[in-house]
Amino acid sequence: MSTIPAELKYSKSHEWVRFDGEIATIGITDHAQEELGDVVYIELPEAGRMLSHDDIYGTVESVKAVSELYTPVSGEVIEVNDALSGAESVVNESPYESGWMIRVRVKDAAEMDDLLSADGYKSEIGE
Amino acid sequence: MQEADALLRTPLYAAHVAARSKIVPFAGWEMPVQYAGVIAEVNAVRTGVGVFDVSHMGRVRVHGHDAEAFLNHLTANDVAKLTPGKAHYSLICTDAGGVVDDIIVYRLGASEFIVVVNASNRVKALAWFGTHRAGFPSLFIEDETFHTGLIAVQGAGAVAMCDALSDADLNGLPRFGITETVVAECPVMVARTGYTGEDGLELFCRDSDAETLWNTLVVRGAVCCGLGARDTLRVEAALPLYGHEMDERTNPFAARLAWVVKTEKPAAFVGQPILQTLKASPRDFVLVGVEMETRAVPRDGYVIFDDSGNIVGTVTSGTFSPTLGVGIALARVRAACGDVGTSVSVVIRDAKHAARIVPLPFYKRKATDA
Repeated sequence: MSTIPAELKYSKSHEWVRFDGEIATIGITDHAQEELGDVVYIELPEAGRMLSHDDIYGTVESVKAVSELYTPVSGEVIEVNDALSGAESVVNESPYESGWMIRVRVKDAAEMDDLLSADGYKSEIGE
Repeated sequence: MQEADALLRTPLYAAHVAARSKIVPFAGWEMPVQYAGVIAEVNAVRTGVGVFDVSHMGRVRVHGHDAEAFLNHLTANDVAKLTPGKAHYSLICTDAGGVVDDIIVYRLGASEFIVVVNASNRVKALAWFGTHRAGFPSLFIEDETFHTGLIAVQGAGAVAMCDALSDADLNGLPRFGITETVVAECPVMVARTGYTGEDGLELFCRDSDAETLWNTLVVRGAVCCGLGARDTLRVEAALPLYGHEMDERTNPFAARLAWVVKTEKPAAFVGQPILQTLKASPRDFVLVGVEMETRAVPRDGYVIFDDSGNIVGTVTSGTFSPTLGVGIALARVRAACGDVGTSVSVVIRDAKHAARIVPLPFYKRKATDA
């Protein structure tokens, strides 16, 4: 059983979103990091890039697998978690806190409603 | 698609579930792909002791007066040179020089052998044996896969750990030696073989003893390892995997396996005429090592370019190497690009990433007495 914090929103492609006003913090779920295994490289966008819903915004590589990262809410990247570079295992150890990927200034708040609740994501992954 | 309930389980399945390993379908079996994580497991084998359930591998006992002649007819290495108590790596080849399977032949006695075949090729290999047994009347072929277990104990401390659990002198067992003894009060055949590039042993046991052996080793500090770590370890050691570095369309010389093919051995064997010709022919493609110069991981099937923009080959097996901290790959490239030091690039998600041809193996353990 993976951890699925109740206060977050989720996408079917295993991203989580923490909303703080118009700022959305985005990362990958505990389930996603478990499926990937030991993360070794992460490619993230530059701050300032405009992302639309479902755009590929980055890539996570583990020893045995590679996974693309999909944008759960449209907006401008305002911050990137540079601390992950060289410390990629943080994504395995703390996917919802230190392992966050990017912060986005949300363009269309209505997109929030399309995301899953914790319960919705839980049934999505069959737990 | 086969139903999920058609998957086979090893005698250690319950232990893998109890240990909360991640279990995946592999070659028709439900196998643990990882326990604590691939990096921790690889490091355990490189620095201590790791234990692997490899009971999915096919174990075929071949015995009878004609057993040696039969195996010498079917395999490319020279079985006549194999003395009792020793094993060698070998290949079953087709008449066209392709590879049916790569195997280990263990000689237990004058007329007694165990052949370990790939899980993915067990049914095919057994059928191949069946269609080639004419002319060898005194021959018994018994698939022992389902009533035995096979546990690999690998790493610098592996032999000492098993030696302490046995009355036999396992430290004195030579590389590729095999002996019958008792480990942890379980009757086993112990072979000094493995697929990790480390020193280590493989324990052939009764299925009912597999859990006892496994748990005894784990209690003594052996780290449970899954197929993910096993694959990464073998790529670091540049050991080929059937279906990746060779198959029925790829001859042994294109897979760095010329040393296995004894074209001049006295016994005629399947594939010998074409293999003799191929051995003397120039190679169009060679199997090489590729090391990334960027932070990216090469994976099976990725395309390789030379510095002039020509496609020159593909990755056959790729992984991140925990031991070296870089992406590595075995790759088949045009012979002209195969020299160590050659700059190439690997296409990873539509972008070319700089890499170079490096000597194999990527990882070689420090020499020991064994």
